[in-house]
Amino acid sequence: MTRGFLTSVIGFLVYALLQVMLFQELVLFRYAFCLIYVAYILLLPMETNSLTLMILGFILGLFVDMFYNSLGIHASSLVMVAYLRNYWLGVITPQGGYDAGLAPTLAANGLQWFMVYTIPLVFLHHTILFFTEAGGFGLFWFTVLKIMASTVFTSGMIIVLQYLAGGSRR
Amino acid sequence: MQRLLHFLYEYRAFFTFLILQLLCVWMIVQNNQYQGAQFFNTSNRVAAGVSGTTQDVKNYFALRRINDELSEENKSLRQKLEQREQAIQYLTLKRDSVFDTDIVERFEFVNAKVVNNSTARFKNFITINRGAEEGVEPGMAVINDNRAVGKVKAVSDHYSVIISLLNIDEQSSVLIKRTGHFGTVQWDGTDPRFIDLKYIPRHVVPLVGDSIVTSDFNAVFPPNVFVGIIRQTRLSESDQFHEIDVELAQDFGKLAYVQVVKSRLKREKDSLENIIIGEPK
Repeated sequence: MTRGFLTSVIGFLVYALLQVMLFQELVLFRYAFCLIYVAYILLLPMETNSLTLMILGFILGLFVDMFYNSLGIHASSLVMVAYLRNYWLGVITPQGGYDAGLAPTLAANGLQWFMVYTIPLVFLHHTILFFTEAGGFGLFWFTVLKIMASTVFTSGMIIVLQYLAGGSRR
Repeated sequence: MQRLLHFLYEYRAFFTFLILQLLCVWMIVQNNQYQGAQFFNTSNRVAAGVSGTTQDVKNYFALRRINDELSEENKSLRQKLEQREQAIQYLTLKRDSVFDTDIVERFEFVNAKVVNNSTARFKNFITINRGAEEGVEPGMAVINDNRAVGKVKAVSDHYSVIISLLNIDEQSSVLIKRTGHFGTVQWDGTDPRFIDLKYIPRHVVPLVGDSIVTSDFNAVFPPNVFVGIIRQTRLSESDQFHEIDVELAQDFGKLAYVQVVKSRLKREKDSLENIIIGEPK
């Protein structure tokens, strides 16, 4: 099919495998988890519609769930992110709008914009994920600490990867 | 009708969102039930294969430590074997004593390698490379050198997923070895070195250093499997039970090999209890 389609499929596999083979093992101080696969949904092209985003998010989430033995939890949080992504993109449109045909990347919109875009969505994802896993608010502060640490870790890693990947694309 | 369709189409994103979320919630609930979804977990071949590769790489860096542990275990097993032989000789000398081989050999062990393990989540699971083909069944106990590890949740042909003791949903019946009082251990989700011991009544005096072992009432573990040692006890005026922190005997971060315990008499015991009490829930 189209080139864009092929890129999305390869991206899907890369993020899924990175998550389950590398980042699943990478937990800092038992608090900070790196759930890099969120970046896949965040970085799909601007004009991807919510339906596609949600279905891709659902499949990717299920795939990760399979490896975490947590059927449904990652899928649920990622579908939430996929649903809200385009609204959030609308809210934080920079002056003069987005350039047509570009992905919402750091290279296209700058570091400040990218952080405003990424961090709240990652935070939301982690909040849903960890509270669902904990099965309620019994361990509230411990869970909050986990969410904070993981948000920093995941967002940081996404930004670092943007710099690594962005260099070759420019 | 047309307006309804138009309405649905207008908000199709929201409705898809709703449907997908409901699906997720349904799956989460399903998976929480014991022996829930059997396929979408690390016991399926693809997932276990990928996890196994990762674990192989990790194990390579831990070879020295694993070797040390195995030789240590060998040593202790040899020692036990020696003791056992002494005991058997003693028993055969006492010809008239009852020596029921069914009871002596009621447990059988399946050795397995850990291919996936976690300790930092709220619900931790362990995947091992033995499954239904080797006789592993859901509900069996998993130990490592007589230290409690967890119980089998789901099996595929060649792999099994184990609910680790480090899982906030998992409870096990245990007893304080010194006093013989029963309680329940359940992980609180924070520190993987400690587990909470609950339901020890006020009148019992647990001491720091007491051993905690699995009880005879335990539906999963054989009796006398080592769980841990009491490290701290608290009892306030209004509490009905002690709050006890138990340091786990097994370091879950270092798990490389485990044994699945097959109990030959479990079925007999369960079916006998069924007759009296009825089907377990």
